[in-house]
Parts: sequence; C-alpha cells; structure tokens
Amino acid sequence: MSTRSKRLPDPDTLMPFAGAIVMILGGSLFFPQILGLGYLGQQLQIASFLGVIAMGATVVILLGHIDLSVPWIVGGAAILSTSLAGTGDPVLTALAIPAALVFGAIIGLINGFGVAILRIPSMVWTLAVNSMLLGLAVLNTGGFNPKGEASATMIWMASGTVGGIPTAFALWMLLTALLALFLGRTGFGRYLSSIGYNEKATFLSGVSTPSVIFAAFAIAGLCSAFGGVLLAGYANQAYQSMGDPYLLPTIAAVVIGGTSILGGRGRLLGTVGGVLFITLLTSILSVMQISNAWRSIIFGVIIIVMLLIQTLRRKES
Amino acid sequence: MADLLRANRREAIALAVLLALLTVYLVTHPRGMSTYVMTIWANQCLILALAAIAQFFAVIVRGIDLSVGAVMALTNTVASYVLAGSGIGLAGGVVLVLLVGLACGLVNGILVVYGRIQPIVVTLATASVFVGLALLLRPTPGGQINYDFADAMTLDVLGVPTALIITALVIFGFWMPLRRTGLGLGLYAIGSSEQAAFQSGIQVPVIRMASFALGGLFAGLAGLYFSFVTTTGDAGIAPNFTLNAIAAVVLGGVALRGGVGSLIGAVAGAFILKTIGALMFFSGLPPLAQPFVEGLILAAAIAIGGADILRVRNRLEVFGR
Repeated sequence: MSTRSKRLPDPDTLMPFAGAIVMILGGSLFFPQILGLGYLGQQLQIASFLGVIAMGATVVILLGHIDLSVPWIVGGAAILSTSLAGTGDPVLTALAIPAALVFGAIIGLINGFGVAILRIPSMVWTLAVNSMLLGLAVLNTGGFNPKGEASATMIWMASGTVGGIPTAFALWMLLTALLALFLGRTGFGRYLSSIGYNEKATFLSGVSTPSVIFAAFAIAGLCSAFGGVLLAGYANQAYQSMGDPYLLPTIAAVVIGGTSILGGRGRLLGTVGGVLFITLLTSILSVMQISNAWRSIIFGVIIIVMLLIQTLRRKES
Repeated sequence: MADLLRANRREAIALAVLLALLTVYLVTHPRGMSTYVMTIWANQCLILALAAIAQFFAVIVRGIDLSVGAVMALTNTVASYVLAGSGIGLAGGVVLVLLVGLACGLVNGILVVYGRIQPIVVTLATASVFVGLALLLRPTPGGQINYDFADAMTLDVLGVPTALIITALVIFGFWMPLRRTGLGLGLYAIGSSEQAAFQSGIQVPVIRMASFALGGLFAGLAGLYFSFVTTTGDAGIAPNFTLNAIAAVVLGGVALRGGVGSLIGAVAGAFILKTIGALMFFSGLPPLAQPFVEGLILAAAIAIGGADILRVRNRLEVFGR
C-alpha cells in the first residue's frame, strides 16, 4: 500500500460505486420511483446494517482470515439487547447496547484466541464458535423466538433520522470514518495488511502478531454485535437465525469492494461501495418482482461478472 | 505395520476415534447393534461423507468449495424429476444427475483457473446460482424417486448396509487406484506448492480443473444419495451440508492449507461428525442442550485435529505452515 494509492482511490475501490450508480440509473428507466429521495434514503438505511457488519469483516479479511461466526454474533447480540431492554427496568434497558457490544467483543477475542494462539484455521474455528453460539441461543430461548423488545435508543438508531438522513446511515459513515482513520494513522492498520501479506516476515520484524489478530477479531465481533443491535432495533425484536442472511453478502461486499480474500490488500471505502452495490442489487431485483430463484441466480452471476472485470483489468495493467 | 501407521497417522487417529464413538453409539442405542440401526446410521453418514469427499478435492489443492451444498441441492431437485421411472429411463436419470454435478464442478473450475478468481469467492457466487436453479426446479419440496431403487441403495445386502458397501467401493475402487495415478500425485503436488508443481512440469491448470470436476461429481453423488434416502427433492438443504463438509474434512485430518490428508480421512471425519450427532440423540441430555454440546464437541475436535500449534518443532514454524 503506497502513499499514493492511499490518497487516490484506485479503480477497484471505485468500481462498486460506479456499479451502484449504473444500477440506480438503469433501474430508474423502468421504475422512476427509484430516483426518489424516499427510496434512496430507505436503501441507505438498510445498507447500514450490512455495512456495519462488513466493516468488521474487512478488518479480518485484510488480515488474511475470515469470520464465519457473524450470523450468531449478530443473532446473539440482538437476543441479548432485546431481552435486556424487554425487562422494562431502566438500568437494564440502558445496559442493553453496551452489553451486546461487550458480548461481541468477547466472542471476537475467543475467535482470536483460536486463530492466534491455537493456530486453528480461522475458517473452521469461527465456524465452530458459530455453532456453539447457536447452541447457547437454543439453550437460552428454548428454540422459540426470544421475548423482549428494542429500547427507544435502539429504535432511534435503526429507524430514526438525524437532520434528514437516516441515523443508521450516519452511524455507519461515522464508524467507517473512525475505523479508516484508525487503520490509516496507527501501526495497527499497517500490521494488519502486512500480516495479510506475510505473517512470518511481520513476526520477524518484531510485531506482536498475536495481539494484532486478537484486536482484529475483537473489532469484527464488535461490528457484528452492533449490526445485531441495529437489526433488533429495526425489527423491534430478535428472532432465531436473524443473522444468517448476512454472512455471505458480507463476504461478497468486501470482495467486490476490491479487498483481496487472501489478505493484505484492500480498503474500507471499497467495502462501503460493495455494501451499497449489493443492497441496491437485492432491492432493485425485488422491486422488479423477480422470484427468489431468479434473484439468487442474477445475484451470483453479477458477483462473478464484477470479479471477472476486476481480474481482467489487473491482467491488462 | 508401524511404518504404515506412521505414514497414515492422521487417518489412523480418525479411524480410532470413529470406532470408539461407534461402539459407544451401539452400546447406548436402545435397540443395540442390529442391521436396522446400522443401516440408518450408515445412510446418514454416507451422505455427508460424499459431500466431504467433494470438499476434499477442493481443499487438497489448497482451495475451498462453498458450493458443495448448493450442488447437492441442485442435483437433488433434478433427481426428484428424473428418477421416478424404471429401467433405462432410471439409469439415464442417474447419469443425468451426475452430469449436472460434474457440470457445476467444471463451471467452478473454469472460473478459478481461467477467470483467476479465488476458489472461496467463486464458489460463494456459483452457490447462489446453483441454489437459484434448484429453487426454479422445486420452489417447494416435492417430487418422487423410484422406491424400489431407492430401497436397494439404502437398505442392506445380506445384513451389511448398502451405504457401507458404497463407502468401501469409493475408497478401494476409486481412491486407492486414483492416488497412484499422475492425477492423484498432481493433486498433492499442487496443494503442497503450486510453483514447485508447475516447475516440475505438472500441468497445473488441467489438474486443478480435474479436481473441481471430481468435486462437482462427488457433490452430485451426495445429492443423488440424499435423494435415495429422502425420496423427495428439496432446494433448501444447501447451507447445512456445505459447512458440515468443511468441518468433516478438518476432523478427518485434511489440512485446509492443502497437500495434506486423504480421502479416507475426509470420509472418517464425516462419519465421526454424524456419529456425534446421533450419539447426542440417545445420550439422555436435555434436547435443548444438545445443539450446544454438539457445537462444543465439534469445536474441541477441530481444535485438536486442526491446531497447528500441537505439531510445531519451533516457534517460527507456526508461521511457515
């Protein structure tokens, strides 16, 4: 990552944004309401849930790892926060969001422990953690939809507006900016990509690689948990497997945003573009009232086409 | 004998664990060891074992296949249309189902080899396409399979579950010979070091394509066998099988970094995973606690089987692997 490429967004980062704009313009030819502020605002709000989760996933993927425990960190955080807020007790209600975030960070640390200390491939370890969380949730809720409701703050964060823009979107942008600043200005960001490139070399240059891995997974856990809190606020409840539809779109958004799945190369801005692209794609396909089956096919084909364009462009340059 | 054990240490451990689990299962099962119990157990195990073999062919060349479950769903829904007849029609149907699986594998392979996209991302996207196609074929579960044929494939022959015979056929009739061919050697060579394999004159693209094709074929076999067991077509089976297949290969001692492990290990891992699940059912644990305990055991097994920290000789070697 040279200084120059940090200042100027590269084509990989810009492509999903361009794709999103093409989709809006193309879609508006058939459905003029797509250009309306109401529709676009709603898309930004929905995109924020995926965006917050994908932000954390980017950090882990930059490291060259993957976090498959996203679904049940999201689900667990939602269950925890709604059941705390559902008690009606003011103290517990106030604790709902912090408790969910702490939960996410702890699971992130457990993920980091398996990957950094036990040296288990992240793909299987986080998968195992996910199935344990699922088991815990079933144990706690008895397999039924958990009781409880979102607190006023959670609802405001997910569905409210600040100065005309959706609060969720404002929060997503704020957090992305903070994280980007953190990655850009501290050693942590550099260590992250350098571990992604070559972990051995990074370790030999005196970096405490395990602590970087711990921190990265903790950030990812925090982001997923916050995504869960937002989703619970949006739905005003938590339900079983509410996080499941977020795992694969998250990875797709990160990769479409130009981050290498092997680690080392990528930017948060690209992930923002990838999230917008995927949210719009899903939304426009459903506006066009295409069946689930065709939506799934078109979704897969478009992701492949985007990735092919990326690799072809790289081959030429 | 000692050398043989040392050379196949990972498979030996997996087999020992499997035998221990199976013994406990048969002892705790209220109906004890009988052909009936063994048949049901073996059928469930074989479905996952075939999926794990599909995953094995991706993992051994340092890839990963997230579309295993999706290919199973697609072939299962295709099977629910073409396996209702008998005679030639039925045989043609079986071939068609396997060809669909093979075609899915080839699509993955082409995108990885010629599109130069990482396998994990390619299969993530193609899985979405395959599930979509499966949903087009069967928006809701339904269809039927020729019952006589399904019975023949899922019951027993002279007291031995057919599923176990198929497992033995796959291992001794397919894997053992394949391992000795240039293709079998090439798979391990690419998985260990693609560059070294290329420089030794191994045709990396061809072998990589072959490994994806074999993966697709076995995912198709898994879908086919799933059809025999359930006798319906269901497009919603994908997610479970993909993730369990990954867990199974790791449990069986196949390293996700490629080049280490064998198909026998993948099969043993799948059998272990299913046996743990079956054990839970009769363990007397409260039903609500079972998913958690199952997850815990899975995590522990993976931690022991997949942790590199247990095998390193010095601190730096951890990173080199």
